[in-house]
Amino acid sequence: MSASLATVSYIGATILFILSLGGLSNPESSRRGNLYGMIGMTIAVLATVFGPRVSAAGIPWIIGAMVVGGSVGLYAARKVQMTQMPELVALMHSLVGLAACLVGFANYIDPMASLNLSHAEKAIHEIEVYLGIFIGAVTFSGSLIAFGKLSGKIGGKPLLLPGRHFMNLTGLLVVIAFGWQFLHAETISAGMIGLTVMTVIALLFGIHMVMAIGGADMPVVVSMLNSYSGWAAAATGFMLNNDLLIVTGALVGSSGAILSYIMCRAMNRNFFSVIAGGFGTGGGKPAKKADGDAQPAGEVVAISATETAELLREAKNVIIVPGYGMAVAQAQHSVYEITKLLRENGVNVRFGIHPVAGRMPGHMNVLLAEAKVPYDIVMEMDEINADFPDTDVAIVIGANDIVNPAAQEEPGSPIAGMPVLEVWKAKTSIMMKRSMATGYAGVENPLFYKENNRMLFGDAKKMLEEVFVALKT
Amino acid sequence: MALTIGIPRETVAGEKRVATVPEVVEKLIKLGFKVAVESSAGDGANCSDDAYRAAGAEIIDGAPQLWTASDIVFKVAVPTSAEVELMREGGNLIGFIWPAQNPELMQQLAAKKATVLAIDCLPRMLSRAQKMDALTSQAGVAGYRAVIEAANVFGRFFNGQITAAGKVPPAKVFIAGAGVAGLAAIGTAAGLGAIVRANDTRAEVADQVKSLGGEFVKVEYEEEGGGGGGYAKVMSEGFQQAQREMYAKQAKEVDIIITTALIPGKPAPRLITAEMVQSMKPGSVIVDMAAERGGNCELTEPGQAVVKHGVTIVGYSDLNSRLAKQSSTLYSNNLFRLTEELCKTKDGIINVNMEDDAIRGLTVIKDGEITWPAPAPKLPPAAAKPAAAAKPVPAPAHGHGAGGTPASAGKTAVIFGVAALLFLLIGAYAPAAFLGHFTVFVLACFVGYMVVWNVTPALHTPLMSVTNAISSIIAIGALVQIAPPLGLLGGFADRPDGWIRWLAVVAIALTAVNMFGGFAVTRRMLSMFRK
Repeated sequence: MSASLATVSYIGATILFILSLGGLSNPESSRRGNLYGMIGMTIAVLATVFGPRVSAAGIPWIIGAMVVGGSVGLYAARKVQMTQMPELVALMHSLVGLAACLVGFANYIDPMASLNLSHAEKAIHEIEVYLGIFIGAVTFSGSLIAFGKLSGKIGGKPLLLPGRHFMNLTGLLVVIAFGWQFLHAETISAGMIGLTVMTVIALLFGIHMVMAIGGADMPVVVSMLNSYSGWAAAATGFMLNNDLLIVTGALVGSSGAILSYIMCRAMNRNFFSVIAGGFGTGGGKPAKKADGDAQPAGEVVAISATETAELLREAKNVIIVPGYGMAVAQAQHSVYEITKLLRENGVNVRFGIHPVAGRMPGHMNVLLAEAKVPYDIVMEMDEINADFPDTDVAIVIGANDIVNPAAQEEPGSPIAGMPVLEVWKAKTSIMMKRSMATGYAGVENPLFYKENNRMLFGDAKKMLEEVFVALKT
Repeated sequence: MALTIGIPRETVAGEKRVATVPEVVEKLIKLGFKVAVESSAGDGANCSDDAYRAAGAEIIDGAPQLWTASDIVFKVAVPTSAEVELMREGGNLIGFIWPAQNPELMQQLAAKKATVLAIDCLPRMLSRAQKMDALTSQAGVAGYRAVIEAANVFGRFFNGQITAAGKVPPAKVFIAGAGVAGLAAIGTAAGLGAIVRANDTRAEVADQVKSLGGEFVKVEYEEEGGGGGGYAKVMSEGFQQAQREMYAKQAKEVDIIITTALIPGKPAPRLITAEMVQSMKPGSVIVDMAAERGGNCELTEPGQAVVKHGVTIVGYSDLNSRLAKQSSTLYSNNLFRLTEELCKTKDGIINVNMEDDAIRGLTVIKDGEITWPAPAPKLPPAAAKPAAAAKPVPAPAHGHGAGGTPASAGKTAVIFGVAALLFLLIGAYAPAAFLGHFTVFVLACFVGYMVVWNVTPALHTPLMSVTNAISSIIAIGALVQIAPPLGLLGGFADRPDGWIRWLAVVAIALTAVNMFGGFAVTRRMLSMFRK
C-alpha cells in the first residue's frame, strides 16, 4: 500500500470517527455511530499495518499483541456489570495513558524519529515527546486511582495532604527544570534521566490529584481523564507527525473537556475548585455556620412500603429521581418492575436525571436502559423540572444533594446555586434512604423536614421490592 | 371515643352540592370516624342514600336529628341562622363561613361555644394547604362550567371547521382574570377549539395562560398587580384607563367574554361597560362569574341570563351547583384532606392544633372564642421571595446547541488577546511542518466541540466509552514503531530494536484492550437503549 493510499485511508477513518461521535446525538442513530467507529478503527489499523511504515517482520508481533489485548478487552466488555461501567471506563483511560507513555519512550529511543530534523524541529519534537509522556503518565496513574475509588478498593473520601497546592507547584517546577535539562541533553541516555524523573513526578501528580477528589466529584474526574487520554493521543500524533492521531486525540480531548464542563455546571462548581479537591474548602466554613442557624424546621415523617404503594396507586403522575444509591443497591430492575406495573395501570411514570447523578456522566441512563426502561420516559433535569408541580408523587432513590432545596433557598449554603431537581414541588415526595445522613456535600437536606416529604428508610432494593409486592395486591 | 361526622342536606335554595360524597365517607371511616348523613342530602349531586349506606354511613331523617347526632358537621354553603340554632352546644363545624361578610353568623356560632373551621380562610400560600383548598377546587369547576354555559347560548361552533357547506371560523373567547377559574375556563375553551385570549393584572400568570393554549393580552401599562395569596389588588387609575381601552378593543373583536375578576373584600371590578356590550357583535355572549359580588359587567343581572343589545349576559351565581357531582367530589376531597390534618392519629378524634399554620388560619372560632382573623403565617412569602431573588440564575442551556450565557465583552477580549499572542508566538518560532499539524489540531478541536455538544446527555456514558475506544488510535503510534522498513533508510546500527519492539508490543496489547473492549461495551450499552 502506498503512502498516499494510507493517508487517504486515514482521512476516511477521521471522517468515520467524527460521524461516530455525531451519531450519539440520539439513541436511534447511536448504534450506527458505534459501527462507524469500528469501521474507522479497522481502516486505520489495516492501512497502517499494510502501509509503508510497517515491514512484514512486524506482523506476527502485531497479531500476537492484538489477539491478547483484544480478547482481554472483549472478555471485560462482556462480563462487566452496568453498575461497574465507571470503573471500566476509568481503567480503560489508564491503559490509553500507559500506552501513550510507552509509545513516547519508544519514540525517544528510536534514532529514526529525529532523523533529518533541523534544530528547531528537533526541539519541538522533543517537547512533544516530553509533553506526550507527561500527559500519558498523569492519565495513567490518575485513572488507576479513579478506578480504585470507583470500585471501592480505595476509600472515597478526599485525601487532603497539608500544603498540597505547594507540593503540586514544586512538582511542576521540577518538571519544567528537568524539561530544560532534557532539551539540552547531548545523548539519548543523558536525556533519559530527565524523562524518567518527569515520568515519576507525573505519576505521583496523577495519584495525588485524584486522591484529593471526593466520590461525588467523580463524574468530573472521569470525564477529565477522558479528556486527558485524548490529549495524550494528540500529543503522540504531534510526536509522530501523524494527523490521524492528532485529529482523533483532539476529538476525544474536546469531548472529555465538554463533559467535564457540563458536569461542573451541573454542580455549580468551578472546574478548578473540583480539581483542587475537597468540598467546601475556603468559602465553605462560614457557610456551614449559616446553615446551623437555619436549622430546618419541621419534623421528619417516616412512611412504610405499604403506604408508599398506596400513594403510588392513587397517583396520576409519578417522577422517579434515581441517584448513586440506586446503583449501589442494584435496584434498577426493581424500579423498572414498579414502573411497568404503574404504567400498565395508566400512571404516567417518568424519570428525572440530574447530570451528576451517579459516578460518571450518563451513569443513571445506562442503568435504567439496562433494566429495560424505555429511554423516552427518562428525562433530563431541564426537561422535567417544570413538571414537578403537576406531579403527585416524586420518589427519590438514593440521591441527596441533587434534590436539596437548600441550593435554591439558602444563599449561604455550600451548594447554593447548584441546579437541583425540584422534587419538593410535587404533591408528595418520598425519599428512599438508608439513614438521615447528609449527602456528599455534607449539607443538611431541608427536604427531609418538608411537610409534603416522607422518608422511606431502608435498603433501596429491599424497599422497592416490598412496594412492588404491596402494589400488586 | 370516635366522633361522628354529620352531613346535613344543604338548605339554601339552588344549592345542589353536598359536603361529602360516598367515596369519601369510606375514607373518613378509615380514619376512625362515624359518619351520619341526612336522608336525601346527596340527591342534588346524584348521590343516593343507598350509596351512602353502602359506604358505611348512617342515614338520619330530618335535619334536627342529624345536627344533634353529629360532633362535627361538614357543610358547603354558609350556614343559615336556622341551621346554627340546630347545632349542638360546643360542636364543630367545617365549611364556608366568609367571616368578614357574616359577622352576625360569627356571633351566633360563638354563642354556641362552637369550634368553626372556615375553609375559605385557608392560608393558600402554604403549599401543603393546596390539597385542602376548596376555593381553588370550586373555582376550577365553575370556570369549566362558565365555558359550557357560554357554549350553550352561543349560536355557533367553538372550533373552526371547513365543511362542504362552507367555512366556519373558530369562536374567539376572551377571558378576563386568569386565576383558578380563569385558567380552567381557558383550558376548557381551548379544548373546544376556540381561539382564547386572556388578561390578568398579574403579569406572571402569562406563562400559565400560554401553557393552557391561550394567548396573553397585555395591558400597555407598567404596574405589579399581585396582592398576595394568589389574588389581585386594586390597580392605579392610569392602569385602569389602559385596561379599559384594551377591554373595549377586545369587546369589538371577540364572540365570548368570560369575566372572573374578583378582589378580596371588595366589590367586583367593573370591567365591561354598557358601551362595550353595545359594541359587541350580535349573538355574542358574556358570562359574568363575578355576578354574585356585583358583576364585572355593568349590565349583569345576578342569577339570570339576560339579552341586552343582542348580547346574552349570563350572570348565574350557582355555576358549581350546575355541576354538583363534580363540585361535591372535589369539595369532599378537600374536607377529607383537612380531616386528615386534624386527625393525624387516625383514631377518629380531632385535634385542632393552633400551632399548625394551616389549621390556625382555618380556625375562625375555637371553643366559642373568635380567633379570626388569624395572624399571617410565619413562613412562606416573605422568606421565599428574597431567597428566590438571591439565587443565582442557573444557566439553563444544556447539552444542545451553544452553552451558557455569552461571556462578557471584557472577558471575551482577554481570551482573544491571549489566543492572538499565543498564535503569534507559534507563528514566529514554529517550523512549517509543525504548523500544518497545528492547523489540523485546532480545527479538530472545533469539530469535536461542535459534534459533542449535540450528544444527548442520556448517552454520555456511551460517549465516554466510545471516545475511549477511539483513543486507542494511539495504537497507530506503536504500530509504526514495531518494525519499520529499515532498509529504506540505510539501517541504524545503534537502534535498540529489541527495546522498541517490546515497548511497542505492550502498547499495542494495551490499546487493543481498549479498541475491542471499548467498542464492544458501547455496543452492548447502546443495544439496551430502547423506546
